[in-house]
Amino acid sequence: MRVEISGLTKLFENRVRLGIMSVLIVNDSYDFNSLKATLGVTDGNLASHLKALEENSLIRVNKQFIGRKPNTSYSITETGAQLFRTHLKALEDIIKSQ
Amino acid sequence: MDSNTNYSEDLKVIKKVMEESSRFLSLSGLSGLFAGLIAFAGAAVAYFVILKNKILLTEKYFTGLTIKELRILKTELIADLALVLILAIGVSLYFSYRKSLRKGLKMWTPVSKRLLINMLIPLVTGGIFIIILYIQNQWQLIIPAMLLFYGLALVNAGKFTYSEVFYLGLIEILTGLLCAIFPVYGLLFWCFGFGILHIAYGLTMYRKYEG
Repeated sequence: MRVEISGLTKLFENRVRLGIMSVLIVNDSYDFNSLKATLGVTDGNLASHLKALEENSLIRVNKQFIGRKPNTSYSITETGAQLFRTHLKALEDIIKSQ
Repeated sequence: MDSNTNYSEDLKVIKKVMEESSRFLSLSGLSGLFAGLIAFAGAAVAYFVILKNKILLTEKYFTGLTIKELRILKTELIADLALVLILAIGVSLYFSYRKSLRKGLKMWTPVSKRLLINMLIPLVTGGIFIIILYIQNQWQLIIPAMLLFYGLALVNAGKFTYSEVFYLGLIEILTGLLCAIFPVYGLLFWCFGFGILHIAYGLTMYRKYEG
């Protein structure tokens, strides 16, 4: 995973991944369907971006059953939170320096 | 230049998603406005129709009534109260639903669930407490208890919706405490807490976020 000197993380350049991280930084955990609704993306699209973030240990997957229905929810990891905050700060700095 | 506009777009997306996923933004100012008007209507019915222009809650007034008259009075007041409650909740839900449709927001989200739970704990506690007050004939404390528990519910809810709700809650609590000190004027405090405050809040919010 590439983090640039400016503090920007390459992985967050994608809007869907950026959206996922924005949701998870302010919520302890968020389930798949609610993420889908909030970000307005398709199942497949969301799943592939979640996978990418998970593989880089930026988010954690919690699988559980509510009654008989499987329910998958996601939460941010310490690394993920740190990188996202740095990314956010870097974006703000770039805008401010204009 | 192109990447710069991208960066500021990114920031906008982050802020929007953070806010929408952590705060319930479908709450409409119109809900507050109409809830306030309904509260006034309920108070007017109580004052002019049920109590026949007598100020509520004075000892003298109640001791002058027969047991039968008192029972009818209690039933009418409770019916009035229940109607106000149902109508107020109804309009709040209706206008929130309308706003969520217009803004393309979802009503039932993880954050609205959290909002509901955090509101319901003080509200249900208050509801049970008021029933206890009623059974024990502690009439004077019913309106203060309504204002207090409603205020606490709003303070709790403020974390999950517009922060103005938090301040509305604080003022409701203050109104409830004052009402407990001067319970004879319960109906007036009711009009202020549930009527005027809701209308003022509703208009402010409507102008600020929906105008």
